[in-house]
Amino acid sequence: MSILGTRVLRTEDPRFLTTGGVYTEDVVDDRLAGACHVFFVRSPLAHARVLSVDVTAALAAPGVIAAFTGADMAGLPEIKPSAAGLINTHMVQRLLATDKVRFVGEPVAVVVTEHPYQGEDALELVAVDYDPLPAALGYEPDDASLLFEDAGTNVAGYWGDPSALKPDLFDDCDVVVTETINNQRVAPAPMETRAAAAVWGADGRLTAWIPNQGAQGTKAQVASMLAVDADQVRVITPDVGGGFGAKFGADPEQVVVAWVARELGRPARWTETRYENLIAMTHGRAQQHTVTIGGSRDGDVRAYRLEIVQDAGAYPRIGAVLPMLTILMTTGPYDIPRAESVAKVVVSNTTPIGAYRGAGRPEATAAIERAMDLFAAEIGADPADVRRRNLLAPFTEPHRTAFGALYDTGDYVRALDLALEAAGYAELRAEQARRRADGDVRQLGIGVASYVEITGMGDGEGTPPQENATVEVHPDGTATILTGTSPHGQGHETAWAMIASEELGIPVEKITLKWGDTDLIPEGGGTGGSRSLQQGGAAVQQAALELIDVARLRAAAQLEASAADLVFDKTRSAFNVAGDPDAVVPLTQLAQNERLLIRTVFSQPGATFPFGTHVAVAEVDTETGKATLTRVITVDDAGKILNPLLAEGQRHGGISQGAAQALLEEVVYDDDGNPLTASLADYPFVSATEVPSFELAEMETPTTYNPLGAKGIGEAGSIGATPAVQNAIVDAVSHLGVRHIDMPVTSRRVWQALQAARSGSRQPGTEQ
Amino acid sequence: MTRIELTVNGEKRSDEVEPRLLLVHYLREVLGLRAANVGCDTTSCGACTVLLDGKSVKSCTVLAVQAAAGDVVTAEGLAPAGELHPVQAAFRRNHGLQCGFCTPGMVMAAVGLLAENPHPTEEEVRTGLEGNLCRCTGYHNIVQSVLSAASATGAPATGVSA
Repeated sequence: MSILGTRVLRTEDPRFLTTGGVYTEDVVDDRLAGACHVFFVRSPLAHARVLSVDVTAALAAPGVIAAFTGADMAGLPEIKPSAAGLINTHMVQRLLATDKVRFVGEPVAVVVTEHPYQGEDALELVAVDYDPLPAALGYEPDDASLLFEDAGTNVAGYWGDPSALKPDLFDDCDVVVTETINNQRVAPAPMETRAAAAVWGADGRLTAWIPNQGAQGTKAQVASMLAVDADQVRVITPDVGGGFGAKFGADPEQVVVAWVARELGRPARWTETRYENLIAMTHGRAQQHTVTIGGSRDGDVRAYRLEIVQDAGAYPRIGAVLPMLTILMTTGPYDIPRAESVAKVVVSNTTPIGAYRGAGRPEATAAIERAMDLFAAEIGADPADVRRRNLLAPFTEPHRTAFGALYDTGDYVRALDLALEAAGYAELRAEQARRRADGDVRQLGIGVASYVEITGMGDGEGTPPQENATVEVHPDGTATILTGTSPHGQGHETAWAMIASEELGIPVEKITLKWGDTDLIPEGGGTGGSRSLQQGGAAVQQAALELIDVARLRAAAQLEASAADLVFDKTRSAFNVAGDPDAVVPLTQLAQNERLLIRTVFSQPGATFPFGTHVAVAEVDTETGKATLTRVITVDDAGKILNPLLAEGQRHGGISQGAAQALLEEVVYDDDGNPLTASLADYPFVSATEVPSFELAEMETPTTYNPLGAKGIGEAGSIGATPAVQNAIVDAVSHLGVRHIDMPVTSRRVWQALQAARSGSRQPGTEQ
Repeated sequence: MTRIELTVNGEKRSDEVEPRLLLVHYLREVLGLRAANVGCDTTSCGACTVLLDGKSVKSCTVLAVQAAAGDVVTAEGLAPAGELHPVQAAFRRNHGLQCGFCTPGMVMAAVGLLAENPHPTEEEVRTGLEGNLCRCTGYHNIVQSVLSAASATGAPATGVSA
């Protein structure tokens, strides 16, 4: 029986459960003996000129070894914005701020101490003289306060041409609805904060331990920021305590730690506090959407427009690129005859925006799923019916959208119907009608969201998505896999071993996975964009099969038989001559004289497009505005499932993060750009009491793009759940005249919307 | 410096510590027991949870000197080496962990919870673990793990509370 598709328990769990994972802060290594500790002095102001930085008093404090400012690192290159050419190239960043600070939390100096507690004390002794400037904030940051004077504007760039929007797009529509929606800024907040440990060897090479999502990409960024050859950098990835997109690459602080280690000629370490993490690790989302949707009274959507403003934060990093993905996925799973989408990217005096679970795609789904509900409400139709009427018909040959996305396989109507059935949709609507008729204080809302998303993208420069794997069988019956992907909770040690076990007939527990050491595995795309199984896993399978081919030739020579006459018996992990079970040679024996090892690269024709439907059920207290999420039912079709246990875990986590954005989480700044959510006491990180257990329905539509039939599953949960939960809460009070409530849909916002609806005035929209 | 004597995972310890040293740093840096993690600075996340005299405490908010004469148990000490405590086994069986960072604290909080309430409902588990944050699992399988551990210790399966 095949091991693929079975609920294999994780082999990595025992160590996590007992001694705990070895995260960067936990790394004990001779090379790091006597490491000094780096502490960052961070700007307390959102926008200011830096007049002077005086470290004299700090240098005199107990245990202080050194202190450095931006001036000390002036020789290092500026960090250029992402998507140069489209994004204003004047919007550059320094590892430590020099002339200006542009967000609260931006590093301006470091102190280096023998002991961590000494660093916390000495930080306060660094005197920085600031000349405060007005903060430019929000989706329309005032150009009177320019972040980058050279740029002459706070607009970083555009995706698409706003002047090309068609004035007649909605001309044949009976009904046109428009709304401005805030897809609010949230904090990725992985449980493990950022960290680094760095040491330079006598050979002039840097070894850096950094929590990341792909050591090879991290190495490239470290080398680039330090202006050294990539050959001089070795990145090692310890266990990583969650990433969610925000640990891709390297951050300035990690490079500063490496620089300090070189400057002082001794190893250096840094672990950020949660306070630092919440103000200085990249945030996610931060898009404003103006949606306009039009169609017929009987429910055909004929035209849709999405106008995006992306707040990229103080420095246009990955956040400046996210709208490209949002635009690509504008129409989602729907067949809409005319659609257009453009984006403006602005900079503001806030923490830079980066990737966060879904990275651009949840935003597209949130926009169109709210638009569908607005349209359904306007024509008085059931939101599920409107979706069914407008979803693309099932297809098995790739479908090209107007925005250029090539959907591989999909049956969106089936996903919708399965989810509605699993939810008991008709019964829920009947219960809702009862409560409405009774004027119940606790009203019921049912939210539906259909989605399609993109996983396993290439580099965007024409190279097909690909990943490498090395598989080696050892004479003692064990095997080793090297992968260019990089687990940080997903369970690759188990999953990749299952794939190799299936082909090699070696038990899962005898297979070891290695990743995240750039000397051992120089190439790799890491783990993000839900790419790992479909490319990294497929590469493991391909390597194992190629290894069997090589072994077959060796076996043929040993058995003096024709290779074509040999049968590989997985139950014994051995070849035998067909019809002669006694003429046997096991893989272990074939590995004895010469290493039995294959490295291969798997290429996929293109990205894959998982899809599904989420149904959320919420109760809303119409007196207090409090919403309680009572059920989430989902269909998430990610193609063929390798290990249901792991896939379900990915869905649960995604659903929770998606629901958290709808219900609770938001990074908030005051009018001066001061972060008001800089601790976990203030940032409403979702807890066990705010989400229910989740109900998962199964659907598998394999992709033909890889032999595993697998699409990505890491981000789907957060893509579907956010609009489903938001729609559910709005739905609970829609009969009272409420059409839209911005996220997070807090008690206060619900109460305000109800008050506004009762008094007949415009809803509060994006008001705080 | 102050001398403290205490028991950690069944072993007697005696160490000179700074009065301001946090228990979590004592465990991690002095004793090298690094399962408990520091995930925040406001006692919000629970990644540092250990048992002190049988009750779960957040070791980032306890001074090492406050644990003097106490009995501390960490995830490392829950079961003999190479074995899993029933709660640890339940977390594995139910895929109650992903990245693992919250896990040692979550397990210790669950052990503390079940010591006080051996047969919790789902709602009681969720309320009992409110002070332990996890970013990966959406809590679904953590709750299942704790309910499963409760039933494995002789309690009837509690199922889902209304």
